[in-house]
Amino acid sequence: MEKLNKIVSTAVPIPIEDIDTDQIIPARFLKAVSKDGFGKNLFRDWRYHQDERPVKDFILNNDTYQGQILVAGKNFGCGSSREHAAWALADYGFKVVISSFFADIFRGNALNNGILPLQVSQDVLDQIFSLIESDHQTLLEVNVAEQTLTAGNLKVSFEIDPYKKVCLINGYDDIDFLLSIKDDIETYEKSRVFTL
Amino acid sequence: MTLFEKIWNAHVVKSIDKNRDVVYIDKHLIHEVTSPQAFDGLRSRGIGIFRKDRILATADHNVPTINQHLPIQEPLSRLQVEKLHENCKQFDVELYGLGHQYQGIVHVIGPELGITLPGMTIVCGDSHTSTHGAFGNIAFGIGTSQVEQVMATQCLILEKSKTMRINVEGTLGKGVGAKDIILFIISRLSAAGGTGYFVEYAGSAIRSLSMEARMTICNMSIEMGARGGMIAPDETTFEYIKGRKFAPSGEKWEAAVDYWKTLYSDNDAVFDAEFTYDAQDITPMVTYGTNPGMGMGISEHIPSENTTESTLKSLNYMGLHVGETLAGKRIQNVFIGSCTNSRIEDLRQVADYVKGKQKAPHVKVYIVPGSKQVEIQAKKEGLDKIFEAAGFELREPGCSACLGMNEDKIPSGEYCVSTSNRNFEGRQGQGARTILTGPLMAAAAAIEGKIVDIREYLN
Repeated sequence: MEKLNKIVSTAVPIPIEDIDTDQIIPARFLKAVSKDGFGKNLFRDWRYHQDERPVKDFILNNDTYQGQILVAGKNFGCGSSREHAAWALADYGFKVVISSFFADIFRGNALNNGILPLQVSQDVLDQIFSLIESDHQTLLEVNVAEQTLTAGNLKVSFEIDPYKKVCLINGYDDIDFLLSIKDDIETYEKSRVFTL
Repeated sequence: MTLFEKIWNAHVVKSIDKNRDVVYIDKHLIHEVTSPQAFDGLRSRGIGIFRKDRILATADHNVPTINQHLPIQEPLSRLQVEKLHENCKQFDVELYGLGHQYQGIVHVIGPELGITLPGMTIVCGDSHTSTHGAFGNIAFGIGTSQVEQVMATQCLILEKSKTMRINVEGTLGKGVGAKDIILFIISRLSAAGGTGYFVEYAGSAIRSLSMEARMTICNMSIEMGARGGMIAPDETTFEYIKGRKFAPSGEKWEAAVDYWKTLYSDNDAVFDAEFTYDAQDITPMVTYGTNPGMGMGISEHIPSENTTESTLKSLNYMGLHVGETLAGKRIQNVFIGSCTNSRIEDLRQVADYVKGKQKAPHVKVYIVPGSKQVEIQAKKEGLDKIFEAAGFELREPGCSACLGMNEDKIPSGEYCVSTSNRNFEGRQGQGARTILTGPLMAAAAAIEGKIVDIREYLN
């Protein structure tokens, strides 16, 4: 997993609530057997008409808005557990998603792919949307070690699980840790009182 | 302690910190869509499956639901299913592939084969894994990185969820079933209301339900954001499991039941949140928007309060407007199937209603059994003949039109009354407009060619 510590970037705002993983990457693109190339189909049906023409007013088709940070309405990533949603965001170039609320499975999938799901209050989220709306060049600074988000005059701290913070900063995967405790796992198996 | 805490604690291998544990997984179900990259991960690390007796594979998302004896037509779907076969062969994983007598939707086959049992931890790379919680276990969907972790170590590093109890008390009204209960709950709590929680469903209305109905409820826990849902096991649970293919038998059965009887939330258990609803307040439900929280009773009108930009976008997609009622709305498709409502009880209920009736000429009806076993049973009971006479087509098992991934898709702009679990934009195909209901409402819509209040059509 790629390390993530500090990002300074402009942001792409999508102020829609309840963006589900079917919108992030529609099911018909889940037929791939590798993790690569999902970025071109990120938000596919919001980005392109059915005849493949770009949807002019969708933000990813507007060159004014670019950057490694996506800012989205509350309950981002609800629905399907498909990790392809995180792969699509990462492949497109996003490293941070800011929202006022994340769905559980998406949050875990993002963290397992070096993407930070950065949760702020609804008030702060609204302020960030306003800042970007008034100046699309607004730089956002995310510092994982210090757990701070800075945008213009706005500076807030955010929560992150201490274990996941270490993983993100160092690029560690859960699987490395789990493989290192195989003895504990086998001891647990032997100790079970009731098992089927 | 709550039921959730009892099962969780029994599976903690090691604590990482105050919120995180290494949790042992008893059963891992896999399918073709979310597993190939996990197998690749094992290959690149040069490791195998840690516990082969705890993993089981089937093909369901990407399979056609007609002519399953022929090669899959769509090249990418075929490749993915073939990849599953190759991977299972290489890693020595039991596979119920296309054509196998036990093949079917992963959340239908686990319970019907007696693989899903109380007290277990069960995961699958699919958010509707919550279905299995109906048996009183901790079951939840995971991402592909986690699929790889479970393959490699039989464990996951997990943040302990908060607990919520939802009680439904009293007797359900005429024409109201499990799907209506869960759509009602989600409409009250919203599509995000359960996020961060594991939900236990309780109360007399829940206790009175069959296992199939309980699975419908737990299945949709994820649609309010909850990681999973569960119902304490009882005699109904034991009765359902007994005698199934892989269920424990003999002395093991007795020991298992003794243990399962300890699986309930104690009287003094404390939940982080609790809600209670009166079964009498629940009526046949329909959704009108593009998330499952946007639901209402069939006689209600699309609410005009709190119309945000997101709500208006949603209604625009659906071709509906504030204040409208869905009763009388002309529809073009009906889909009866999915891991929510494709079990034998659902098919029986539909057959019982449509017997001697004819579908409306302009409606296309997909009726898709959840598994080969359900298909075989339906045919044995002659349900296929009833469906045929009504103009319905009983297809072969798979996820079908639930997710717009295989050949079964709803045409753009058309309405589909669907017994599945998600009404997201494009879920059933690009531009498709999904209206979620229970199986009886879907059957009545197929016959009348429009959405109707089932209560007016029952004796």
